[in-house]
Amino acid sequence: MVEMATRTLPLSGFHGGSSAVRIEAAPPAGRISLRARAEDVAALSGALGLDLPVKPKTSVSGSGRTALWLGPDEWLVVGDLNGGLMQAAANAGVLHSATDVSHRNTAILVSGPGAAAAINAGCPQDLSLKAFPVGACARTIFGKVEIVLLRTAEEAFRVEVWRSFSDYAFGLLAEGARDAAFSL
Amino acid sequence: MLLIHCPYCEEDRSELEFRWAGEAHIARPENIAAISDEEFAEYFFLRNNEKGLTYERWRHIHGCGRFFNAARDTVSDKFLATYKAGMPKQPVPQTGASEKTVETYEATEGDAR
Repeated sequence: MVEMATRTLPLSGFHGGSSAVRIEAAPPAGRISLRARAEDVAALSGALGLDLPVKPKTSVSGSGRTALWLGPDEWLVVGDLNGGLMQAAANAGVLHSATDVSHRNTAILVSGPGAAAAINAGCPQDLSLKAFPVGACARTIFGKVEIVLLRTAEEAFRVEVWRSFSDYAFGLLAEGARDAAFSL
Repeated sequence: MLLIHCPYCEEDRSELEFRWAGEAHIARPENIAAISDEEFAEYFFLRNNEKGLTYERWRHIHGCGRFFNAARDTVSDKFLATYKAGMPKQPVPQTGASEKTVETYEATEGDAR
């Protein structure tokens, strides 16, 4: 009998959190790592249907996609799985580098009153609303692994992490969530 | 925790996000094929290892990923200035901290024996 191979998320079945923090694996998403020069940003923005952010630590959402500023010429664009991100970038017709990293990354959604404290268990960023407002994003470090952090609401974050590190990231977040519940 | 100002992210970030990348402002000789072995060794291997003010390359590896230059005091471990890669050597305010911060027996104890 032939069995179909089914793709599962690296974090499917994981659960954790506490009374102050909810941690869950995000649904699958399409992602591209985009590199482009300053003069080509306008054309790429038009093709992707959003204005690529050029200010450090900011993100822009539009057309069901979110573009995160990672560096002066580097963005992470997150959208629907099979949402045509690669084709959209190719339609720009300007010099750029787009790499499909949909399955390199997975994401963890962290929410609740202790969300910032749970992330700060392993991340040195200042996550106060003044320094890291809603929509702010940064590539940073979480314990021993690199993450891309996006604040989606006052008490909600999206943590993008490489799939092979996701077990570690989820475990450390779960520990942070437990500690955050004590201090609240 | 040491905070380092990234000139690309335009804010102070934790040292955990950064990595040291050697001495800065080392220009590759233009006539690299013509220079002697000694001159090549001087360019390629030998570093000043200065005590006090040094110019270094740093990389914001767990952040924007960019290399930049920093002026740092190796005695006090203070970052005096950081600036974007490709810019010429930037002047830094003279701190005069270097030698004076070294503690000797005479300086700390005097002749109390």
